[in-house]
Amino acid sequence: MVSFTPTEEQQLLLDTIRRYAVNDVRAAAHEADESGQIPPELTRTGWQIGLVPSAIPEELGGFGEMSALTGVLAAEELAFGDLAVALQVLSPALLAYPVSLYGTAEQRENLLPAFLEEQFIPATAALLEPGISFDPFDLQTVAAADNGKICLNGSKAYVPLAEDARMMLVYARNAESGDVDAYIVEKGAAGVQIEKREQLMGLRALPTYRVHFVNVEIEAAARLGGAVGSDFNVLLNRSQVALAALAVGVARAAFEYARDYAKQRVQFGKPIAQNQSIAFMLAEMAIEIDSARLLAWEAAWKLDRGEDATREAYLAKQYADKMVLQVADNGVQILGGYGFIREYPVERWLRNGRGFPTFTGMAIV
Amino acid sequence: MAISFEIPEFVQQMAQMAGFMAQTYMRPYARQLDENEHERPKAFVEAMWPILRDQQKATLEKLTAPPANGGDKGGEPKKKRPGTRNLQLMLMIEQLAWGDAGVYLCLPSAGLGGFAIEAVGTTEQKLRLLTRFAEGDQPVWGAMAITEPGAGSDNSSIATTAVFDEEHNQWVINGEKIFITSGKLALEESNGLVIVWATVNKAAGRAGIKPFVVEAGTPGVSIGKVEIKHGIRASDTVSIVFNDARIPADNILGSPEVQASSEDKGFKGAMATFDASRPIVAASALGVGRAALEFVKEKLAENGVEIPYTLPYHKLTAVQRDVLEMEAQWKAAYLLTLRSIAMLDEGLHNSLEASMAKVKAAKACAWIAQKAVEMLGMMGYSREWLVEKWMRDSKIAEIYEGTNQINTLIVARRVLDYSRRELA
Repeated sequence: MVSFTPTEEQQLLLDTIRRYAVNDVRAAAHEADESGQIPPELTRTGWQIGLVPSAIPEELGGFGEMSALTGVLAAEELAFGDLAVALQVLSPALLAYPVSLYGTAEQRENLLPAFLEEQFIPATAALLEPGISFDPFDLQTVAAADNGKICLNGSKAYVPLAEDARMMLVYARNAESGDVDAYIVEKGAAGVQIEKREQLMGLRALPTYRVHFVNVEIEAAARLGGAVGSDFNVLLNRSQVALAALAVGVARAAFEYARDYAKQRVQFGKPIAQNQSIAFMLAEMAIEIDSARLLAWEAAWKLDRGEDATREAYLAKQYADKMVLQVADNGVQILGGYGFIREYPVERWLRNGRGFPTFTGMAIV
Repeated sequence: MAISFEIPEFVQQMAQMAGFMAQTYMRPYARQLDENEHERPKAFVEAMWPILRDQQKATLEKLTAPPANGGDKGGEPKKKRPGTRNLQLMLMIEQLAWGDAGVYLCLPSAGLGGFAIEAVGTTEQKLRLLTRFAEGDQPVWGAMAITEPGAGSDNSSIATTAVFDEEHNQWVINGEKIFITSGKLALEESNGLVIVWATVNKAAGRAGIKPFVVEAGTPGVSIGKVEIKHGIRASDTVSIVFNDARIPADNILGSPEVQASSEDKGFKGAMATFDASRPIVAASALGVGRAALEFVKEKLAENGVEIPYTLPYHKLTAVQRDVLEMEAQWKAAYLLTLRSIAMLDEGLHNSLEASMAKVKAAKACAWIAQKAVEMLGMMGYSREWLVEKWMRDSKIAEIYEGTNQINTLIVARRVLDYSRRELA
């Protein structure tokens, strides 16, 4: 039966995240963006909402409720608070979810219980590569078999929390099969060179790094899923859907801020929202945000049913990329001169929103 | 509830059935009916009448059946579970509009008039007025007349009058209505009816506007202009002139309370029918859009162009980018429409979502059809293929059931929480 109403459990979760996003995240987001630091306390509070632990299988102590649909609902709400904070709080999922989905029994037992702790455990994944023509299906990072071990070579970019991460999931082309596989690399592995923090237009509060792998030798058992491997298509689809939902959250933040501003900003004796030129922009923004949200929901719903969601995830991501840029740009425009001032959050949402076509693989549901 | 996009099996089958009708009774005649503008889609009407007649019959039987038999009559009103009635209609219309958007408007049924009777009519009126759509071998049409030469989007300035003649216990209607879909079919070519929105008190503004039922054969009612149109040429669009047209006292639609109300309850009834009809216009736009999109993809495939869903943006050709954008736009429009329909079936208030869906679907599908003409070059522009017709057909969805501008205004008022006065 067709319905657009979340379950009661999902609604409760959304209410919790909303409180965190509006009360905690919004209060800290400007300072975090200016200083480049997310307060550890803020990350901890976000972590303790329990999104990642709830997705960990029951036999390992989690709630076993990994759902892409719940994931997109949560992602939108978190990004409504702030995108950098959302990506930081969710970054352990970049490792935990693929391990939950495809890990061998041993990998799951070894790696997942850490994420059940109350303390935030930094973990991450490395997919994106430096350059202007990145293609996730044509990776330059290569994993080659070498005397019963695996040798990784290549460079990655935009790796969140790489410096602190206890574990990193590295996507690389399997030199034998040509397929994309994921490899678990522990902190401090020899040959992993982490450059200094990247300087980006947006996401200034989130530490991201370029990481080089120079003859990094890992055990054969470090390949995600062992001999069976993993399904990169599905992982990429889950990532695209997560990013689409995060884009919806950023866009909604810009829309709601611009809407409220337009209602209180008086020019020529009336609120500017009473001009059709402004009111119609806001109406269009609302329609486009809902469009992108429903595309993300449908793709997530298909993923949860175990169906191939490649087309849905691709279209949702493509749509959301354009939508968030347009909506955030309109947000800045509606604020006029104030839109350009960093004291107001809308320009930050435009900077953050601009990055979505680039952020491949930086989040997952 | 839980978020779900699952169309129940029986609804899917019903949609497939409509798709079969579209392929069999619409597509083969589409070009001919476009070229011969006022020719009737005989094959389609004959095929659809028995189906729609029996559906209407079942609906009316439910009105009179006791609740134990699934009816609505008597007893405590039971708590309604979400139905699929509007979902079925949406998917059926999408399929039929894929067949031909002009021909679909000739569906022999109560049509928009039926929406109004359902929305504000009493049980007695529903039975008396809708039975003609539920029996007999000859097709019957219903229509809705709101627009006037001086009242388009501003339909509160309606000038057609209804004056009560106490001596004869009749309403006397005078004025002119334009752009009435299936008006000639309803009044001249069948024993149908038209819902006419007229004012009983011009000074009262919207509160004075009430819906009246004018039946075929009423003296003083005549068909004026038969419009010649840009697209949906198979659809019958006419003006109707009322010259002292007399109708029975109880042909004012709605309960006595609504009829006598000095508030604008009757007018709100008209607006409420839009909550159900706008998603249907969106569905018809989707049908035309899908026709154009499928056709373009088919022709591109014949020419060796495949559409990938895994390549990064910079590796796509311009043609692939266009098609992917068309697909994403269509899907977004479909999902917005589906949401407005699901809310209707759940009994939720959907004015905002209905207008959103209508604006998005109409705009997206008109754009898709225009893009399709462009992409197919000289063949897209040629009347040899149907693409140019789909482009002309698609445009109407941005205009009727409230222009996209009026619907955008409605969305704007809702998202800003503004009244009509605050955002004019």
